[in-house]
Amino acid sequence: MSPDFLIALILLSNFTLVATSRVNKAIQIAVIQGVLLGLIPLAMGLGRHPHILFMVAAAITVKGWLIPFLLRRAIKEVQIHREVDPYIGYTVSLMLCALGTGLSLILAHVLPLKGGTQVILLVPAALATLFTGFLMLVSRRKALTQVVGYLILENGIYLFGLLLVEDMPMLVETGILLDLFVGVFVMGIVINHIRTAFDSTDTRHLAELKD
Amino acid sequence: MALLLIAFPLLAALVAYLVDSSTLRARMLPAAGTLHLLLLMVALRHWDSLPVNAWLGLDALGAWVLLVISTLFCICAFYAPSYLVLRVDRDSRIFCVSLLAFLGLASLLAQARHPGVAWVAMETTTLVTAPLIYFNRNRRSLEATWKYLLIGSVGIALALLGTLFLAYAAHFGGLEEPLHYTRLMEHADMLSRPWLRAAFVLCLVGYGTKMGLAPLHTWKPDAYGETPGIVGALLAGGVTSCAFLALLRIYGVVVAAGEGRFARELLVGFGILSMVWAMVFLVRQLDFKRMLAYSSVEHMGILVFGIGIGGTAARFALFHLAANALVKSVLFLSAGNIHRSYSSKTLPHVTGAIRRTPVSGWLFLLGFLAITGLPPFAPFISEFNIAAGALTSGHALAGAAFLVLLAGIFIAMSETVLQVVFGTPSHQRVRTPYSDTVATTAPLIVALGLAGLLGMWLPKPMHTLLDQAALLVNGSLPPGKGSPVPHASPILTVETHHE
Repeated sequence: MSPDFLIALILLSNFTLVATSRVNKAIQIAVIQGVLLGLIPLAMGLGRHPHILFMVAAAITVKGWLIPFLLRRAIKEVQIHREVDPYIGYTVSLMLCALGTGLSLILAHVLPLKGGTQVILLVPAALATLFTGFLMLVSRRKALTQVVGYLILENGIYLFGLLLVEDMPMLVETGILLDLFVGVFVMGIVINHIRTAFDSTDTRHLAELKD
Repeated sequence: MALLLIAFPLLAALVAYLVDSSTLRARMLPAAGTLHLLLLMVALRHWDSLPVNAWLGLDALGAWVLLVISTLFCICAFYAPSYLVLRVDRDSRIFCVSLLAFLGLASLLAQARHPGVAWVAMETTTLVTAPLIYFNRNRRSLEATWKYLLIGSVGIALALLGTLFLAYAAHFGGLEEPLHYTRLMEHADMLSRPWLRAAFVLCLVGYGTKMGLAPLHTWKPDAYGETPGIVGALLAGGVTSCAFLALLRIYGVVVAAGEGRFARELLVGFGILSMVWAMVFLVRQLDFKRMLAYSSVEHMGILVFGIGIGGTAARFALFHLAANALVKSVLFLSAGNIHRSYSSKTLPHVTGAIRRTPVSGWLFLLGFLAITGLPPFAPFISEFNIAAGALTSGHALAGAAFLVLLAGIFIAMSETVLQVVFGTPSHQRVRTPYSDTVATTAPLIVALGLAGLLGMWLPKPMHTLLDQAALLVNGSLPPGKGSPVPHASPILTVETHHE
């Protein structure tokens, strides 16, 4: 399987994500995206390096298993199923996502890539995924969907990191994954507190503080 | 030694988690803070002999920042037990654990020699400080925590992208990992320019969010406003210093690569914008804790402004880091005391603090005068020299704007502060049993005293440390690593520290 095929799937998952209203489905797609990301180094033919194999395993464990586990637990506790009435509607979100993907392709064209880089789609896909994450962060009201947006944002950064996968120190890469996990863990706790305090996880309630 | 500085506070955090007695837990804080400061003093003797390829270790810049943070932590730690006694209704376990963990992670950040490790430390600092903001366990603090977490995480994610861009800039130019700062600076000419520039912009936005530079500061008034004063002091002087350090490391590489001009313009721009923004929101600010938050936005602006001006101004920006941290601890802690006494933090509920809590009232007033640049306090030295640096180095316009903004902010803040301190008592006041005690004021007096002392006299070793740190920030590596560094500073031959 060529890495560009996996990346195309990731781009597709971005579109599905912004168009879905069900929180459960959004998490599912984020999981699929995480696993696809994790597999890319193997598709790039780097499976013979033990440290890359370790990173693949770690990424899939964290993004495909641990984080969804945390999010599903949070869903069960807060009892929400749908993102109702987002700040930006689904159709507009889809169009924005398409626009962002297009712009990413153009922008990535401007940035010089080192000769011999095989995976052409990596940089535009990273930028597009980053943009999708941003879009979800600012356009959704539910705290949980915002966390999914944050995850997608991180996925975009991870995609870019794959350009450097061969020589990134393992210490750093493990640290990044660990921080992502702990970050979602802490956010999960806060969401639970929001639910107890406001009887809802709608972040509209979080608008008391202002000047 | 490097590891000990990191592991010791983390271990103390673990012990604090396991200890059941809240009194014992609270007493651990000052003990751990003092011990950390002592350990750092020992470690400071070797900052000039750091191996090039070490993953962890103190260089002049890291040593200076960690010295500031450790001192600030000590001040807060000595205040903490008396504060926690007042808040026996709250569980102090997570509070103490988070504080100690923060100290350990700040030590990791200050000693990280690799941008990736520094990023990991910075992100973890965000995560361990989030529970501190939720200490009051009400809706408002929950909102503040959520904003802090989400905005902070997104900002720091951009800094990660910037760090990866930096790594790609090196990869592009044929420079391979491990990319320790020293190696990056030595081979800066190999870095790919477009990627390096993009990396700097992303890191500036990312770490700038954590510092609270306008317009990325939106979490700051909420977070500082809703936390206890002691947490505000640590966030305003500690976490921001960490982010500033992480940014300075990248800036040093950018300057070494000859792209300093580009970076400096951005920094000056962000600095001025932060000061303008802060001034606008300081006018008629009724909430004195939010006022301090905007003052923090202003001072983050001053820091990057000074770095952007470069030369002596950059040196005094580093000095300002210490000045700001010390005076902010006085302000936040005294504001916390006043808040406690009135059970409110907004005008017109809080007036005439000088009569009800005389010591805290005076400290709040003096802290305000110090932070806005009254001699002989340390911020005066730094603000004066940053302005002088700007005016004498061809940035006349920026320097003039800087001075006007300082004056404007002084006027804007004075209205609120004078009301809080001297205002006539209103009928809406609430009286709580709190009154100033030695334990809740002595650490503040020490901090203010240190700020005054630093304004008049900088000990010789610290002088050297600061000079070398400024050299690193300005993109040059210390001559002959491992050899003793000459005491006379290349930047500051004419100008002595005090004028």
